[in-house]
Amino acid sequence: MANVLNGVLDWVNERFPLRDLWEHHLTHYYAPKNLNFWYYFGSLAFVVLIIQIVTGIFLAMSYKPAASLAFGSVEYIMRDVQWGWLIRYMHSTGASFFFIVVYLHMFRSLLYGSHQKPRELLWLVGMFIFVLLMAEAFLGYLLPWGQMSYWGAQVIISLFGAIPYIGEDLALWIRGDYVVSDVTLNRFFSLHVIALPLLLLGAVVVHLMALHRVGSNNPDGIDIKKKKGPDGVPLDGIPFHPYYTVKDLFGVVVFLIFFSAVVFYAPEMGGWFLEHNNFIPADPLKTPEHIVPLWYFTPFYAILRAVPDKFLGVVAMGAAILVLFLLPWLDRYQVRSIRYRGPVYRVALALFVLSFVALGYLGTIPATPMATFFARLFSAIYFLFFLLMPLYPRWDKTRPEPERVTFK
Amino acid sequence: MIKKSLRILFLGLLALQGTVWASGGEVHLDKAPVDITDRESVIRGAETFVRYCLNCHSAAYMRYNRLGMDLGIDDKELMARFIYAGDKPGDTMTVAMDPKMAKAWFGTAPPDLTVVARARGADWLYTYLRSFYLDPARPWGVNNRVFQDVGMPHVLWRLQGLYEPVVEKDENGHEVITGLKQVQTGLMSPEEYDAFVADLVNYLVYMGEPARLQRMSLGPWVLLYLFVLLLVLYLLKKEYWKDVR
Repeated sequence: MANVLNGVLDWVNERFPLRDLWEHHLTHYYAPKNLNFWYYFGSLAFVVLIIQIVTGIFLAMSYKPAASLAFGSVEYIMRDVQWGWLIRYMHSTGASFFFIVVYLHMFRSLLYGSHQKPRELLWLVGMFIFVLLMAEAFLGYLLPWGQMSYWGAQVIISLFGAIPYIGEDLALWIRGDYVVSDVTLNRFFSLHVIALPLLLLGAVVVHLMALHRVGSNNPDGIDIKKKKGPDGVPLDGIPFHPYYTVKDLFGVVVFLIFFSAVVFYAPEMGGWFLEHNNFIPADPLKTPEHIVPLWYFTPFYAILRAVPDKFLGVVAMGAAILVLFLLPWLDRYQVRSIRYRGPVYRVALALFVLSFVALGYLGTIPATPMATFFARLFSAIYFLFFLLMPLYPRWDKTRPEPERVTFK
Repeated sequence: MIKKSLRILFLGLLALQGTVWASGGEVHLDKAPVDITDRESVIRGAETFVRYCLNCHSAAYMRYNRLGMDLGIDDKELMARFIYAGDKPGDTMTVAMDPKMAKAWFGTAPPDLTVVARARGADWLYTYLRSFYLDPARPWGVNNRVFQDVGMPHVLWRLQGLYEPVVEKDENGHEVITGLKQVQTGLMSPEEYDAFVADLVNYLVYMGEPARLQRMSLGPWVLLYLFVLLLVLYLLKKEYWKDVR
């Protein structure tokens, strides 16, 4: 039997680089042996992507992308489709967990300088994935065709209208109508289930290829390829498979415990994952009192509202995302990891995290004068964190990096 | 210095939160005693729903026999106790009222109630149905404390009786409604009426998400399985990693 299987494998390998791929990406891909908690979120993001694609396929079998049918078809899935409620809650919970996981994945880079040379392109591809993900989430949120779906889309698309000269035409082109309508819903469905998932999957493959070209960073931020054994294998490297496959599997199950707790016990998550207003069918004639985007957009929404001028607000929001692309070139530290950077970086990063969380909260509440004041303050901190970054090394005291990786 | 500025920021945020909560100024909502596993209560609520609500409001995504399956009621009993309008057990709870006529009568078409509990929340519904008061300025002679100038008449007034608002002046001299007092008794005592509304709200919560019954009972098994799997994977990881370092 084993001989037959080996024969089949040999036959395939002569025609397709199956063994090469397996070895190159798993058994002979050497990852640093000191990867910690923060290194779970890459594989978890991949797991959520798979959950979203698989549940999405089944949702699309019963969902109807028409203004008159969409809301009812979601309730049909929730009630009449076998296990439809589970599939739908996995998808809606998955959307929020995707952002939790991706935000933590990105934060890891700020901790350990993973975006620095030679991983600039890896970071850029990752940022591209992040932007795709935001677009994908925005498009998908229109599909349940509730009040928040409808008016959220109305508000966000109208932002394009603030661009001088071409804005109104651009917004019209995106909607395909003068207001968000059946036409918009139908095209958003198409983009959500075909165009963006294809791009996302492709970008994830590129992200992984770029990662495996340069190798994983680690919590010490040192290059494990500098110290190699006589066999050419980094002394501090261990094969990804089986070491990190079993470790990541453990992480996946921890993740699934949190994920299932939400799916089975709190799928609405108190209105944060599924908003209450979205259980009212979309009504183009009734504007809700308080339109809020879903929680994962609120930091950027708060920055938008902090600026008094609509167009400049849109520019600020765009800049808040664009500035992230520049991170590899703004970060001029000679040491990568926060472990060997000094107090300046630690305080700056803490202030950044504080302002990001605070902006996220401010984006969910009405823009009172007090809230706007704080939104401006935290927006300023958000941007200063990046703009002053090239100067941090001048003010900061770094410590020498170790020769070999350490465990903490 | 840094610690101090962090503390100021933190205190500022706290103060901010205070103002946000204080600016609510809405009517206090009573806590609805919801328990959708209380089968008898859900059944009583369902009977109330089909008798009083299902003439104007539809529940167009709820099938009668879903109720039957979840609560253990066979089709025959379903037909006898819950289905009035010649519908079949597999039909959804629709109404014959023309939305255009409804708009002319009530100012707005009565909304579908299938998922109303998920949109409004149980506490809101529980308070709303107990907050109608006499207001001669309104077309149906009643207004509501939690839904100002609502188009709906007080369908349950015979049961609850009639209430007048208690009006007091606040510190700025504005007249505000601070409570309701009964001016005509109904067929039920206030306690009976509260329990009656509680059953109805319980049903509305169930109807908003029948799958809740399944997910709550399936949840523990899924988590138990995952915890066992976690233990196995932890030991597996430990075994593989014992020679690393």
